[in-house]
Amino acid sequence: MDVIYTIWLRSIKRYLRSRSRIVGSLGMPLFLLVFLGFGLNSVVVIPNTGEDYVVFLAPGIVSMGVLFTSIFAGLQIIWDRQFGFLKETLVAPVSRTEIMLGQTFGGATTAIFQGTLILILSFLIGLKFPGILGLLIAAGFMILVGIAFTALGISIASRIEDMNGFQLIMSFLIFPIFGLSGAMFPITGLPPAFRSLTMYDPLTYGVEGIRYGLTGSSQIDPLVCLVVLSAFSVAMIMAGAFLFRKTRI
Amino acid sequence: MKAVTVESLTKRFGDFTAVDNISFEIDEGEIFGLLGPNGAGKSTTISILATMADATSGKALVNGHHIAGDEDGVRKSIGIVFQDQSLDEELTAWENMDFHGRLYRIHGDTRRERTEELLELVGLDDRKDELVKTFSGGMRRRLEIARGLLHRPKVLFLDEPTLGLDPQTRNYLWEYIENLNMEFGISVIITTHYMDEADRLCDRVGIIDKGRIVALDTPENLKKSIGGDLITVKSDDYEGKLADINQPWIESIESYDGFFNIGLSGAEEHLTQIIEALAKTRITISSVSIRKPSLEDVFLYYTGKSIRDAEADSKERMRMMHFARRH
Ligand SMILES: Nc1ncnc2c1ncn2[C@@H]1O[C@H](COP(=O)(O)OP(=O)(O)OP(=O)(O)O)[C@@H](O)[C@H]1O
Ligand SMILES: [Mg+2]
Repeated sequence: MDVIYTIWLRSIKRYLRSRSRIVGSLGMPLFLLVFLGFGLNSVVVIPNTGEDYVVFLAPGIVSMGVLFTSIFAGLQIIWDRQFGFLKETLVAPVSRTEIMLGQTFGGATTAIFQGTLILILSFLIGLKFPGILGLLIAAGFMILVGIAFTALGISIASRIEDMNGFQLIMSFLIFPIFGLSGAMFPITGLPPAFRSLTMYDPLTYGVEGIRYGLTGSSQIDPLVCLVVLSAFSVAMIMAGAFLFRKTRI
Repeated sequence: MKAVTVESLTKRFGDFTAVDNISFEIDEGEIFGLLGPNGAGKSTTISILATMADATSGKALVNGHHIAGDEDGVRKSIGIVFQDQSLDEELTAWENMDFHGRLYRIHGDTRRERTEELLELVGLDDRKDELVKTFSGGMRRRLEIARGLLHRPKVLFLDEPTLGLDPQTRNYLWEYIENLNMEFGISVIITTHYMDEADRLCDRVGIIDKGRIVALDTPENLKKSIGGDLITVKSDDYEGKLADINQPWIESIESYDGFFNIGLSGAEEHLTQIIEALAKTRITISSVSIRKPSLEDVFLYYTGKSIRDAEADSKERMRMMHFARRH
């Protein structure tokens, strides 16, 4: 526990210290919320509920914040390797699994923090307060998304040696995960072939779960979301722990 | 029990053999120096012993623990200062220490006391709350050394710990390392390019070249092995003529680029004879000097490279002959 806490604490300290990065990474979500949300409000009609597009979009943008922050927190290991700090943790008499879990929880915590900031922005823009229970449900899904994707970031970071592969990860992993997830559009309106593709995207279940918590309606049963996302988180933690154990400096 | 036992350790990177079947032992409480030119395999050896890399073959024990199989036992026993920086620059000096202390499960007050004490030792107590990214190279190095000592390891690996430190700090550190070694019986393995450092600190020194140990003994014995005295003759045209200076009291002759060393005992008595012998062989002398061999000479003798041009190609190296026994 000590070790997990130690690694977690480091992540939190580094995150809180990078004020400009926190503010900087709020720019994009804010931009999307305001311009897409209000810009497309009159054009897009959400089936069944008929709610405003900006209300529909907000949970998606919250998920985006959590997704990006958590994957980057996992990829932090690549930087640690490059700047030599990874050696300090790997040479210590602690199990790799503990290090990996510490990094995962640290990354998830910062991701949830980032998601919460976006959520607050969303409330300012027009999202209605969903009540304590709704908020708790959304928070639960944010935690799962944070854990799963930090662990995914760690898995990737354990396999690649330097930042050369970074652009590749962005283009072929992070953007597709986000784009396919139904964060920006209702999946029920999609052609069947495309819709089944979104069903393979684990983030879809996170977005829908968070959306259920925040707006009270979703296109996938929240229980299904919970089960799928939990299973995915467990799988990612196991993959991350396995790959990180084999990582070398 | 030995602090470190290395048996036929080999490390290959593809076709290249970085560490070539080396064996040695380090006693408990010993300060052991690993000297060698760049690329000799010092850091590779240390990272294998510290469980940071796998050996291709061979085995090693550190503080009684197998490096392959009981990694945790090894890791608990060792402290290490890597050749390359391994600090978190976004944390303060204190936080880097604290992180380390917590990882090694040193509890509350002990952790704080030791951190305080060590930061003071390396002269960083007044900067302890500043971010490491604002530190100079020397300050970072000092912090890393303090950190490596925090958990009072049984065996301490120092890979060029004093590189880039000013003479004063180096002296401080030597004293501290000696104290640790005496008070707590910590065994130390140190690699360095400063021969005076190795000479002063090390009980024994291993010289490693191209992955092999070419000499291993106390600094005293190593110096003796190349002759009690050393006469350095600077000359441009000695090539092919050295074999003619055949005198029974000469123990070794080693030639380098533009000069050669004659190893012998009682150089003062033989000086006239040397000059005569040189004159007879028509070697032009630009200068002659007599001195006791230093570890630098030993290094030169065994690797053919002075520590300064250790990186340079070894083609200028030309061993004509030597009469001395090698270890
Ligand atoms: N990961 C690696 N892949 C390939 N070759 C390597 C690797 N690590 C080290 N080597 C090679 O192994 C040899 C020994 O390297 P090592 O770092 O052990 O030398 P060293 O004695 O510590 O040198 P220096 O005094 O410069 O620190 C070098 O030729 C180096 O290029
Ligand atoms: Mg080295």
